[in-house]
Formats: sequence, C-alpha cells, structure tokens
Amino acid sequence: MIGALTRTPATLRAFGASRFATYSGLLIVAVVIVLTIQRVMKHDASFFFQILTIGIADGSIYALIALGYTMVYGIIELINFAHGDVFTLGAFVSLALFPVFGIAEGGSGLGFVVPLLAVGLITMAVCAGVNVAIERVAYRPLRHAPRLAPLITAIGMSSILEGAMYVWRGPFNLHYPDLLPTTRLVIGGVSVGTKDLIVLTLSIVLVVAFTLFINLSKLGKAMRATAQDRDAAQLMGIDINRTIAATFFIGAVLAGAGGITYGLYINNVAFDLGFITGLIAFTAAVFGGIGNIPGAAIGGLLIGVVRAFSDSYFDSAWTEIVIFGILIATLVFRPTGLLGMRVPEK
Amino acid sequence: MELYRENRRNPNAIAYAVMLIVGLTFPAVTQFVTGGNGDYLVSLAADAGVYVLLAIGLNVVVGFAGLLDLGYAAFFAIGSYTYGMLASQQLISSPIHQALHVPFWIALVIGTFVAAGMGALLGAPTLRLRGDYLAIVTLGFGEIVPRFFQNMKDWTSGVNGISALDVPTLPFWITGPWVNMQLGLEQNFRFATFNATAWYVLIVILIVASVLGVNNLYGSRLGRAWMAVREDETAAAAMGVNTVNTKLLAFAIGASFSGFAGAFYGAKLSLVSPDSFGFIVSITILSMVVLGGMGNIPGAMIGALLLYSVLYKFLPDAPNQASALATSLGLDWLNTASPDGWPGIAEFINRLKFIIFGLILVGIMLLRPQGLLPSRLRSQELKRGVHDEPVTTGGTA
Repeated sequence: MIGALTRTPATLRAFGASRFATYSGLLIVAVVIVLTIQRVMKHDASFFFQILTIGIADGSIYALIALGYTMVYGIIELINFAHGDVFTLGAFVSLALFPVFGIAEGGSGLGFVVPLLAVGLITMAVCAGVNVAIERVAYRPLRHAPRLAPLITAIGMSSILEGAMYVWRGPFNLHYPDLLPTTRLVIGGVSVGTKDLIVLTLSIVLVVAFTLFINLSKLGKAMRATAQDRDAAQLMGIDINRTIAATFFIGAVLAGAGGITYGLYINNVAFDLGFITGLIAFTAAVFGGIGNIPGAAIGGLLIGVVRAFSDSYFDSAWTEIVIFGILIATLVFRPTGLLGMRVPEK
Repeated sequence: MELYRENRRNPNAIAYAVMLIVGLTFPAVTQFVTGGNGDYLVSLAADAGVYVLLAIGLNVVVGFAGLLDLGYAAFFAIGSYTYGMLASQQLISSPIHQALHVPFWIALVIGTFVAAGMGALLGAPTLRLRGDYLAIVTLGFGEIVPRFFQNMKDWTSGVNGISALDVPTLPFWITGPWVNMQLGLEQNFRFATFNATAWYVLIVILIVASVLGVNNLYGSRLGRAWMAVREDETAAAAMGVNTVNTKLLAFAIGASFSGFAGAFYGAKLSLVSPDSFGFIVSITILSMVVLGGMGNIPGAMIGALLLYSVLYKFLPDAPNQASALATSLGLDWLNTASPDGWPGIAEFINRLKFIIFGLILVGIMLLRPQGLLPSRLRSQELKRGVHDEPVTTGGTA
C-alpha cells in the first residue's frame, strides 16, 4: 500500500477520541444495518444474492477508479477531479475503436478476445497519455502553490475533458456494444450472471497486478517513498517528477480499463458520466482510507454493494444521498477511513 | 509615508467608486443607449447581482477564514427553497395543508437565518476538519442538499420545482422617465417580472448593505480572528482565538448571504427548481471569488460580474452570433448539420461551453492565481509559497 498517508489533525484526534462521537457513529451504523436486514428479509434469498453480485461487480469498477484517486491523493494530496473524466474517456475511446477492429454486437464471443485486448491496450495508453499531460500542464506548475490552486485547475481540466467529449459525440447517451455473454451460471445453488463474474474477475486481476507492481517493483517502491516524504525521497535520488508522472500514468491505465469494463457491463455511456461516477469512486477511496490501496479496493466494493442495496431495497432517488452521507459520516467519525492508520500531523 | 502612498492609490477605493457610479447609472444609460429597450439587460444585471451577493458571501468563508467550501450552492438552495415554501401555494400539498404567504421582506430575513443556521449546523461537527477534508465534506453536503429537496416531493414538487412564487410589494414606489413614465409615486407597488428597474434597484440596495456589513466585519475583532485562523490555526489558538467558534461564525455568516440572495433569486425568477444548485454553481461562485482576488471584497464583486457576463451573456449569445457571421460571410453550409457528425456552427459553438469554462479556470490559476484585484497578503502567498513551509524545498505542509 502507498503507506497510510492520511494525516489526522490534532483537534480531530481529540474529537475522534470523544466517546459521544464514537457511540453516535456506531449507533447510526447499527440503525442502518437493522433497517437493511428488515428490508432484506421481506424478499427471498435468491433476490438478495442477485443484488449482491450486481453490487460487487459494480463495486469492482468503482474500485478500479478509486485506486487512481487514492494514489494521486497519496502522493501529491490533490483530489484529481479530472480522474472521473479520464474514466469516461476510456469508454469513449474504446467505443470509437471497436469499428476499427471489427468488433460489433452479435458476433461470436471468443473471436473478440484478441481485438478486444488490442482495443484495451490502445485505450489505456490514450488515457494514460492524457492524464500525464494533465499533470504536466495543470498540476506540476502549481505544486508549491496553496491547495486551492491545483484543486481549481483540476476542476477546470475535468470541465475541459467533459467538453472535449461533448464536442466529439454530443449530449446523447451512447450505446456501448453488449459483447459479454448474458448467460447465467448456478454456483452452489445461487444463480450468478456470467457478465458479473467476468467483470469481477477482470477487476480483481487488474487490482492484484497493480498491488504487486506497487509492492514489488522499483518504481512502486519509489512511489511509496515519495508519498511518505517527498523531500527525503528526493535526497535518496528518486526523480520526483518522473515518479509523480508514473502515478498519474498508472492511475489512468486503471481508469481506462474501468471505462471499458463499465461500458461492457452497463452498455450505456454519456459525456458527463465521469462526474458522478468519479465522486462515488472518490467516496469509495475516502471510505477505505484515502492513500490506502487495499482500502480503495475494499471501499469500492462496499460502495457498489451499498448502491445496489439502496437501489433495490430502498429508493434509488435516495442512493446518492446515502453515498454522500457515507462520505460525510466517514470524514466526521473516522477520517482515516476503514483501513487508514493514524499518523501524527506532519 | 508608506501608508500614505498606499491610501492615495488604493485600488479598492477606485474599484468601489467605479462600481458605485456604474451601478447607479447603469439602468438609465442602458435605456438611453438601447432607446428604451434595455429591460432585458437591466434584468440580466439584476440576476448578476445575485451572484455578486453569493461571491461576497463565499469570500467570507474562503477568502477571509480560509475554509475551502465546495458546496456553497447548498446554502443558496436552502435560501431559495425557504422562500419558495414560505411564499407560494406549495405547502398546501405538504402535510401541514396550509399555504403560507409570508411577505417577501420577512421571508428574506427568515431565509437569511435559516441558511445561517444550516451553515452552523453543518459546521458544528465538521469544522474541526482541516483543509481538504473540509472541502470534501462541503462537496458532499452540496450534492446532498439539492437531491434532498428534489426527493421531498410534498414540500417542493420534486423535479418540477416550486413555481408561481410571491413577488415583493411596497406601499409606494417612485416612477420616472428612467422607466418611460411620468415622475410620480405609485401606490401599492408590486415587483412585477417586467419591471426590471425595480428588481435592479432592490439588488443594488442589498449589495450595498452587504458590502458595508462585510467591510465592518473585515476590520472587526472577528474579521481579524478569521485572518489569524486562515494564516495559522495552531498559532491563532495559542493566542487565545476560539478557533471553532470563529470558523462556525464564518460558515454561518457566509451562508447567510446566500440565504437572502436565494430569496431574491426565487422571487425574481418565480421558480425554484433543484437543478439550479448543482456542483457547477458552487464551482462558478468559487471561480468568481478566485478570479477577482480571494479575500478582497471588491475583487470578488468584479470577478462575479466578469464571470457572470461571460457565462450568462457572451457564451449563450455566441452560437447565434457565429451563425449570423457564417451567413454574412457566405458560409451558409456551416449552419446546416451534416450526417457525418457536424452539428452546425451554432450547436458546435454551444458545445464548446464546457471547454471554455475549463480553460478560464485553468488559465486563471496558471497565469494570475492571485486574481484580478488581489488582497495584498494573499497575492504574496501565491507568489512566494505558503508561509509555513520552506519556499525553496517545497515540502507538503
């Protein structure tokens, strides 16, 4: 993991230690869980597992995006608002590449594997290039400016990316080819969609590969070092600019892959998709403990499940309120997230 | 000597003077120039005034107290919806089954206090957070509030919003040649939608009162406490500043401006709908404050006026102008949409709006991060780095 980078202000620690805050937080969680169980009991078990698989598959996509947020926040303490739009860009670029590689709906599934991989690689490369360029143009010159400055350029870059996709394809919802098999498998008496399984597997492979890379490679080590203490890392001979650029590169690779996965899973994309998806993925990153890589993955899965449950057992109009409520509650009651560790303020 | 020179060429005084003169003469000059057809522009200026108020309010939170608020539109929504519910037929469909028609002037005060109260309520648990965390919480709050209003269908008519809001009334009003009428008094005056000048006068009065109030606050003990908290919270606490109360007051007072700006906005538009208060609105107001010069009241006002005219006048007008230009140049083919994806020049220009907004944001921050009319202290920070970290090594505070 990129170290537990979250810093807890002194006043906050005092607040977190107060029993009232802890107990009231736990009480809210308990009430929500009881309400959910009550709703779940009204329906049968197969419905429950169906919702659960959808939630996990959906959540694995959020996990892919959340990793990019958490890495960038871990290393330069910036909420990269453009990240959600890099994710949308992944969906748009791959959508444009499908005709080039002769991929269309209704063909035989396995014949598409090689062209689909090619599309995936090109898409990830494009997204990575764009994200690195954004870092170079909009964030690097402001690295020593007050926090607000890069935050506003991040929002600006997000708007520019959305605008570029708007100019490119217009304000319409675009149909994304439905290439994954729609069959259902029965595993241990539970019916599971093949599509959900493929999406989940794809995400797990990517997250595991990514975690191994961060933990084992030299560049991954440089990233962790830079995240912990940029000046010390520089003194040890790490090229800070290159390492930060690499972080944006890898984050965008995952976001691009997430864009394709999302397209294949949901089959519907629009230019402004990245805004709300990005915010939800960011919530997942905060929920898991910002700066913490396993935290982002688990946070993504949990947020996906919460979303699916809220949509199905409660009212989908309230889902986003629930999610942003979780965001606020996490920051107020446990600002280091589920897996974040407490480190003293620098 | 230093101080004297400072006062003689005080850019703020010049900015106030120019804004006051332009502000007072704007309706008359506009009507004169357009030959009596300037109502549309005067009305637009009154709408811009709402954003001036919002920028003044957000400037208190972000500029004075240094609390990054990414959900300021939530308070704007609270102000507007408070007025919408209090001054329309809406509450007949709510569980209380009784329409309240609270007079505008009272509702204005109620809206102000409700927004301030919500500011304090949100602040109570979260103001112990610093910097980015606070920004994220306010962002979450800004996303929740409009959705909440949208979902409370009985109270707010959901996505349709509350319509047919009451307009302000006054016992009498002065009419004159500036509205193409005889000089005289009009009894039982109602602020009708077409009476742009009346709305304009009302918003100018509100702005002047706000500026006087905020200027007083700036120099007060509270204002200095805000500045101290912004510069170094720990040091301020050590000097005896109650940081939690100081920040709570910044949030509450900042929110109160959007409370009455919201009431005015609802009354003038006669409609309050949930999609007028999205993240983009919060960001627009924040950009206005940053563009003008954070921490400086006339700067925030100028930023609001400039950005408003770009976003709500020049950009919306641009598609038609481009289309007319293409026709006059004999390039008619540009105007017709073609099947290969060309949407026509008007639609194309219209689609550029997101890119232009983004370029403005990035451009400001890269080229003039201190804003057009900066506060002196702030511009030094932005040029030389934040004071509490070594400028040369650039550690992350």
